[in-house]
Amino acid sequence: MYAQMVDTGAKKLRSPEEMTPEERAFQARVDADIKIEPKDWMPEAYRKTLIRQISQHAHSEIVGMLPEGNWITRAPTLQRKAILMAKVQDEAGHGLYLYCAAETLGVSRDQMVADLHSGKAKYSSIFNYPTLTWADIGAIGWLVDGAAIMNQIPLCRCSFGPYSRAMIRVCKEESFHQRQGFDIMIKLCRGTPEQKAMAQDALNRWWWPSLMMFGPPDASSVHSAQSAQWKIKILSNDELRQRFIEQTVPQADFLGITMPDPDLKWNPERGHYDFGAIDWSELYEVVKGNGPCNRDRLRARVEAWENGAWVREAALAHAAKRAAAAEKAA
Amino acid sequence: MSDDRSLFEYLLRLADSDLILAQRLGEWVGHGPVLEEDIATTNVGLDLLGQSRLWFAYAGEVEARFNDGSGRSEDELAFLRDAGEFRNLMLVEQPNGNYADTMARQFYFDVWHELLLRGLAESTDARIAEIASKALKEVRYHGDRSADWVIRLGDGTDESHRKMQAAIDGLWMYTGEMFDVDAVDLALIDGGIACDARALAAPWRQRVDAVLDEATLRLPTDVWMQGSNGRGGKQGVHTEHIGPMLAQMQWLQRAYPGARW
Repeated sequence: MYAQMVDTGAKKLRSPEEMTPEERAFQARVDADIKIEPKDWMPEAYRKTLIRQISQHAHSEIVGMLPEGNWITRAPTLQRKAILMAKVQDEAGHGLYLYCAAETLGVSRDQMVADLHSGKAKYSSIFNYPTLTWADIGAIGWLVDGAAIMNQIPLCRCSFGPYSRAMIRVCKEESFHQRQGFDIMIKLCRGTPEQKAMAQDALNRWWWPSLMMFGPPDASSVHSAQSAQWKIKILSNDELRQRFIEQTVPQADFLGITMPDPDLKWNPERGHYDFGAIDWSELYEVVKGNGPCNRDRLRARVEAWENGAWVREAALAHAAKRAAAAEKAA
Repeated sequence: MSDDRSLFEYLLRLADSDLILAQRLGEWVGHGPVLEEDIATTNVGLDLLGQSRLWFAYAGEVEARFNDGSGRSEDELAFLRDAGEFRNLMLVEQPNGNYADTMARQFYFDVWHELLLRGLAESTDARIAEIASKALKEVRYHGDRSADWVIRLGDGTDESHRKMQAAIDGLWMYTGEMFDVDAVDLALIDGGIACDARALAAPWRQRVDAVLDEATLRLPTDVWMQGSNGRGGKQGVHTEHIGPMLAQMQWLQRAYPGARW
């Protein structure tokens, strides 16, 4: 899940009687699963919420390139290097078409980037954790991309056409990312004792932050209820989290590594896994900017942007010279 | 030196230049001046990495012919040789610097690379011809792109012109090596296996001049070409930049000997 805790601006859910005729017609289309397209009428709050959600998702793809890109130069084999480069390149591509999807709502990419750099816009908390060993690249693919898919597959059915179509494309590539991550984990777990310890250590560090990716319990959240009504959030945070745990525990068993949660056990009555309490204070601190890598990540993005300013200016200046020359020749 | 030993050396030169440049381009990932450039630079890096793997695979097979059936794998060749055993051009190991430095390095290399691969596509060695033909399709695009950036930055703003000119000047001394031949080349040129790099100098210069002219840039004069004494990257004598680069690239393989990844 690359968008967390998205503010909808709603104080409470409104009943059909409280809506204007336009709003009622809009909601009826959403309820009938007819896609909303950029030129269609939409409530201002829907538009603003989607801009927040899609841009947050795009920023997550771009900032997410950093912790993994960090390992391209150190990948242990040429094949792993090629796969990792391709994966990080995919993420840049995801960012690009998500920015494009958001632009259909009337915001420019430059504005979205400026909001990221100023700290106004957020990105997923998960990318504020460090990649310390090669096993972290495996764990990110397996857990982080696994969690992202869990959220994004339902979003393929979301009400906004451009976002829905972007998600369909993104999901195809994400499932390849997840498999490559799990493949790294398999290799490590079947490798030397040091490699297996590396895999266990990565699971220990990434497990809880991965569960936090789904956001806080949302039973009481008015924003979640509003997003659900608009069908830009299909399943609740807790449902997605539970599904993710259900999918992931047998995979850890297969790898022969242990989840860092002594309370995690199958509950036959519920037909689900029970799990230990999540330390939500950690998530709130990371979202606020106090995670281990928040400052580094933002600094790296701002530096790339500032160092590239003269390149972008030169490209524009050259294009203007070309255009002027063409006009003169005509 | 037997023909197979010369061929092995020659293949390493091809593989290593591709690998080392791909490694440098990999450093840019996530830090490019604009998102589209991040994607394009990574693409070029991926192409070169893929090409290096094809050359390494063939090199390993050739090595087995003169080494009692035992040839090294791509990973043994990439991760377990020290700097003095690398055969890449000095040009490609130069640091990324700013975007103009990266593009000047890429442009000098791409023009040469395309000419070289055109020659190798006609090699009497069928395997070389096959790999070169495949690579050529990718490299044509690389050359168009880097030339385009040299022109944009050269004929862009005052600042970009200054930076592009400095990059062209600074890297020029590493271009001579591309056209030198030594005993390894000579052993393979006569049989039509290798491409005679001396013959590439004139068309290379023609293309470089044309692009620099459009970019309002000029080549430096009075430069002594590094490696022209027969001791350059192709012979395993490198600049200081290769050491830290290999230390980073190879450390995991070396810290955990024999582990599989």
